Amino acid sequence: MSAVLLNDETKKVLITPLVNDNPITLQVLGICSALAVTSQMSTSLIMALALTLVTAFSSAAISAIRNHIPSSIRIIVQMTIIASLVIVVDQLLKAFAYDVSKQLSVFVGLIITNCIVMGRAEGYAMKNPPLESFMDGIGNGLGYSLILIIVAFFRETLGSGKLLGVEVFKLTKDGGWYDPNGLMLLPPSAFFIIGLIIWAVRQWKPEQTEKVEFKIMSIAHGEGGHH
Amino acid sequence: MLKCEQFNKICAALDKCEHYQKFKVYKDKILALGNDSLEKTIAIAVALCLVCAVLVSFSAVALKSLQVHNKELDMKKNILDVAGLLQEGSDIDSEFAEKIEAKIVNLETGDYVEDMNPAEYDQRKAAKDPALSVAIPKDKDIAHIRVKAKFAKVFLVKESGEIKSIILPVHGYGLWSTLYGFLSLDADGQTVQSINFYDQAETPGLGGEVVNPKWRALWKGKKVYAESDQPSAEKGLIESAEIGEPALSLIKGVVDNTKPGSQYQVDGLAGASLTSTGVTNLVRYWMSNEGFAPYLAKVRTVKGVKS
Repeated sequence: MSAVLLNDETKKVLITPLVNDNPITLQVLGICSALAVTSQMSTSLIMALALTLVTAFSSAAISAIRNHIPSSIRIIVQMTIIASLVIVVDQLLKAFAYDVSKQLSVFVGLIITNCIVMGRAEGYAMKNPPLESFMDGIGNGLGYSLILIIVAFFRETLGSGKLLGVEVFKLTKDGGWYDPNGLMLLPPSAFFIIGLIIWAVRQWKPEQTEKVEFKIMSIAHGEGGHH
Repeated sequence: MLKCEQFNKICAALDKCEHYQKFKVYKDKILALGNDSLEKTIAIAVALCLVCAVLVSFSAVALKSLQVHNKELDMKKNILDVAGLLQEGSDIDSEFAEKIEAKIVNLETGDYVEDMNPAEYDQRKAAKDPALSVAIPKDKDIAHIRVKAKFAKVFLVKESGEIKSIILPVHGYGLWSTLYGFLSLDADGQTVQSINFYDQAETPGLGGEVVNPKWRALWKGKKVYAESDQPSAEKGLIESAEIGEPALSLIKGVVDNTKPGSQYQVDGLAGASLTSTGVTNLVRYWMSNEGFAPYLAKVRTVKGVKS
């Protein structure tokens, strides 16, 4: 892409979602699919690609007609566009990547309800022109992809000793040294990893930490507990 | 350039069309309306639905042939794989047509059904069709599949007229999902050649290891049915031992091959006892009288008659 195309706004919407405004770690959206598909790197990569494309194109389409969307059916118009695009992606996967689609088709269907897509449509595309919205979709898709890839990296290596299906650690059951961690193969492990990532990012960039909304007042000694 | 000209022609033709002019006027009127007017809301909803419907149906119809082909190719690949005939780089379609013969079997009688075309019969669809399926009584439904098709599609590998392997479709419930697979047996209808689950959604890395080639290799040479008089059969004293109930099962841990009965045992999947139980149950179900036992009995006697 030429440098002329990348004006400041485009650059901003492309790069800030990677770390500074990451949809998973800061906005805490799209956690559900991040738990479901990250036990293997290959499924994560396809999911990341599918979500990035859907977010980008749906944001562009919604932005193109944003001035004519009646506010009373706003959300359902967005949903219709997103759902149509998701079905198209699912059909494409079935036609050109059959093996992957067998593993992923349930989750691809769930992109429709992925909060990132809706969040960007409602939060950005409704107020900005198509090209910027498209880039914003790509940027947020990449931010999501980045987290998915990190989570999948830990889950697949620690959980099955492989990466992209290639052996990394030799497992004890095959005569090696590594005893795989079964928890890593189950969805809850992604919670721990995402939690650790959020902690690490907020240590690095303290401004991401939310302000405490209320404080628990310390009660003077002897007053509590006697009701 | 040509396309552009055609496009211009279509546009010119459209401009002349009276209805298109009316549509244009209407469109301008609608777009000029306030976003919250009732008429615009309805018009936008209808227009959006039309556009999306066209997009979705176009992609579904245009890609249909590719998808069907993928599905068939995948099935053929799985069948060749379980028969041990899958070679890297060979043409799956021609290989399949050359070596594999599909047959329809009536599960109740165990006979071949000659008046049905195996290429058109889909056992999974038939299981959902009340005319082609039967409900399984609860006490017999160890594989938890509730209904089964009356007819099953089996595949035979033949070499100079002799059956080399019998490939049987099996399915049953594991932990999360129904596992669909093929079990291939020697011509004796007793010795396992291989097993291949082509459709399952068990936990990746645990129950999902049913697709692991190392685990699948453990099945080779295992016996499905309990034999009453095994030693004499092995020594060749009698033609074949009497065939009993299905005995093959997955056990916890690793099979000790020195122990008697180990020929009926396969290593369970580590960390996936429910999937392992599911696999045991589905194999036992499909090898029982509910499944392929009548058919396999006939295959054995036909072979006996010939020799």
